Amino acid sequence: MSTMPPAAEAHPTRSALPAWAALIPVVLLLVVAGFFAFGLTQDPKAMPSTMIDRPMPEFDLARLTPDRDALTNADLIGKVSLVNVFGSWCSSCVLEHPQLTEIGKSGTVALYGVDWRDPPSDGAAWLNRYGDPYHKTGVDSDSRLAINLGVTGAPETFVIDRGGRIRFKQVGPITPEVWSTTLLPLIRKLEAEAA
Amino acid sequence: MISELGLFALSLALMTSLVQTTAPLWGAATGRARLMNVGASAAVTQLALIAFAFACLVWGFVTSDFSLRVVASNSYTLMPMFYKIAAAWGQHEGSMLLWALVLAGYGAAVAIFGNNLPATLKARALGVQGLIGAAFLAFIIFTSNPFARLSEAPLEGGGFNPLLQDPGLVAHPPMLYLGYVGFSIAFSFSVAALIEGKVDAAWARWVRPWVLTAWCFLTIGIALGSMWAYYELGWGGWWFWDPVENASFMPWLIGTALLHCTLVVERRHALVNWTLLLSILTFTLSLIGTFLVRSGVLTSVHAFAVDPARGIFILAMVLGASGGALTLYAFRARQLQQPPSFAPASREGAILANNFLLLIATAIVFLGTFYPLVIDALTGDKISVGPPYFNVTFGPIMLCVVLVMAFGPMMRWRNDSVKPVGKSLRLPMLAGVGVGAAFGIFGQSLPGGLGMGFGVFLCASMIRWMQVRLRAGQVTPRQSLFLAHAFPRSTWGFVTAHMGFAIAVFGVTAMSVWQTESFASMRQGDVATLGDQTFRLEQVQLVKGPNYDAQRLTFSVLRNGAADGELVTERRYFPERDTMTTEAGIRGGLFANLHLTTGEDDGSGAFAVRITNHPLAMWIWSGAMIMAIGGFISLSDRRFRVGAPHRVSVGAAAPAGA
Repeated sequence: MSTMPPAAEAHPTRSALPAWAALIPVVLLLVVAGFFAFGLTQDPKAMPSTMIDRPMPEFDLARLTPDRDALTNADLIGKVSLVNVFGSWCSSCVLEHPQLTEIGKSGTVALYGVDWRDPPSDGAAWLNRYGDPYHKTGVDSDSRLAINLGVTGAPETFVIDRGGRIRFKQVGPITPEVWSTTLLPLIRKLEAEAA
Repeated sequence: MISELGLFALSLALMTSLVQTTAPLWGAATGRARLMNVGASAAVTQLALIAFAFACLVWGFVTSDFSLRVVASNSYTLMPMFYKIAAAWGQHEGSMLLWALVLAGYGAAVAIFGNNLPATLKARALGVQGLIGAAFLAFIIFTSNPFARLSEAPLEGGGFNPLLQDPGLVAHPPMLYLGYVGFSIAFSFSVAALIEGKVDAAWARWVRPWVLTAWCFLTIGIALGSMWAYYELGWGGWWFWDPVENASFMPWLIGTALLHCTLVVERRHALVNWTLLLSILTFTLSLIGTFLVRSGVLTSVHAFAVDPARGIFILAMVLGASGGALTLYAFRARQLQQPPSFAPASREGAILANNFLLLIATAIVFLGTFYPLVIDALTGDKISVGPPYFNVTFGPIMLCVVLVMAFGPMMRWRNDSVKPVGKSLRLPMLAGVGVGAAFGIFGQSLPGGLGMGFGVFLCASMIRWMQVRLRAGQVTPRQSLFLAHAFPRSTWGFVTAHMGFAIAVFGVTAMSVWQTESFASMRQGDVATLGDQTFRLEQVQLVKGPNYDAQRLTFSVLRNGAADGELVTERRYFPERDTMTTEAGIRGGLFANLHLTTGEDDGSGAFAVRITNHPLAMWIWSGAMIMAIGGFISLSDRRFRVGAPHRVSVGAAAPAGA
């Protein structure tokens, strides 16, 4: 910068904005704060409603490891199934794992896993460490299915009826109580329904 | 006993901060110098008290005093001393105390180094700083007391989250806070200026070093966090668009805009109102970031303790500080001296354009972060926003930023036209288009080609800028060297930082587009390949760390048949928390990182192995670090070191460069 215009050279110009424009930031802040205040009143684990009774979004998830199967919509048709969203980074997923293992073994219902926000090798390692309760597992590392499903955290479990529609969403770990009082009765009911 | 002293010191600090607020503000309003001077001594006292309290907390961790709740739940006798100390700020209470410590540190720095500030401005800025301090200290004492005792002290602590036991993460929070909280100075000075009703070039010269300091530390803090996520979380990803990451990124984006704005105020005395607004907004976003992380209002993969009472307190703080400042702004901003005009095609115009782009980028991140909350409030739907949204929206904006970064520095202040600048940038443009096309075609990716092309254009335009400034080709090399020697440090800082940005652009582009990976199930002696490299699982062994047991897998690497070092992965088991962490085998390279992760033994001695090639990964963090270094170089500029010169020298001694 060899040539510098003198700094004090003043050209007073009227601001083109009307006076009330200066209040816009305050108003925006109040709006944002309103949403925050609302957010504080919400239980982050509260039940969502949108996806209930809607068809499962289209998906085609890659396999977790070469020896495991991929997961697509076709897997969900014709039987009642549980789709469990988990991740190796998710500490609560470890909590529900024993229950899932039991469910997987019992064969009461088809149990599918969605490895969310995880590099496949970590998900696979996690399943190797704790045992793989799932009949099939797909990888959703870029959150595509999770976004369509409206997943807000892991673990979350979706109950899918024979027609491939979402009927219930369990937010948080499946405890033995949740299983026996909520999920199992629902699965029995859905199985009784005509396809 | 020590902890009670700590709590006592905190309470005294709260009193002191109230004195620091009232006395100088009152003094400045009534013109009493003695009252105004109270601000400086109160600020220093407050720092000493909080530092003492912080030392008490660290002492509790060092001596493993498990009667303290935070120590009992976050430490362990067998943990290495380094991490015992780090655990002092590795949990909510301690980290908020660190926040307050840094805040007081900045306040005291203004008190000590601000001797040449006008008395009223200094008093008012310290007063505002004191008020923020008071709010935070009250928050700590009433909702997050780090010195809370347990009625029955356990014999052993619950251990420190093993994921956080990492040197990079030990330094991450202090750096981040030095950044976040540093913007409080710009905030306090802006509010002080609004109260005074006066902003001049000298004001910008006082504020700019603080903004620059904060910006440098925030850059380092974010880079450290990203590095840690890369090698410790084993995601192999370096940025996740997670709410907690976004919380630190938003102040950075808007702080970058502020940094450039202070330049315009300093040089041209334009954009004054805009700069004040940006100062307030930057600190607002720092506070909102704190709110976001500490209130649990959004679900994040970073698990922090959440408590609605804390959320309400911080929200009240955001409303009080930012709401108050913005209201003041609404009534006072128009009374401030109107700026000299400038043409849209000018240096100021370019900076303003980049400001808007950065503001849009901030808005994009803000929207993506809080959209789930807004939708929940309006419709009751629960949704989440992921990387696809950010990749589609954020990338193009950044390309525009790069474009303006290339053109802007070539523009003259006040009035210029785009055409001659475009003409002089013809060669850099050709280079960008050529390289971009080559990468696009051979790398088979349009975003890849765009990213590399724009990056090259930015680099080349910086070289061209230097060439013009040094008159290379027009004068003898000796004379050019003399011109280079005459550059002020801030010019070198600017060149370094912008080059660092270009380097980060290369890294981000390559990492987003050209990763390659291969999966294999391997037993000892098995071989896997990726590209021209072969990996052989040589050894599986059990090793003991200071507070963990690990299974270590050693892989030898062969490139085209020739030995090329080895990679080691570890799965560490921490008995105190019954948790596992994985250490990926990473070999950093100038052009690509090798990233190897292993799963657990499947029972028959076979391990799931993922090998990834991360092209230019190091460029992302090196780029960020170079940007920070550029900032520090600029900070060492003479005109900052000697403090703010008198008004007379403004313009007369205006240094060259940006």
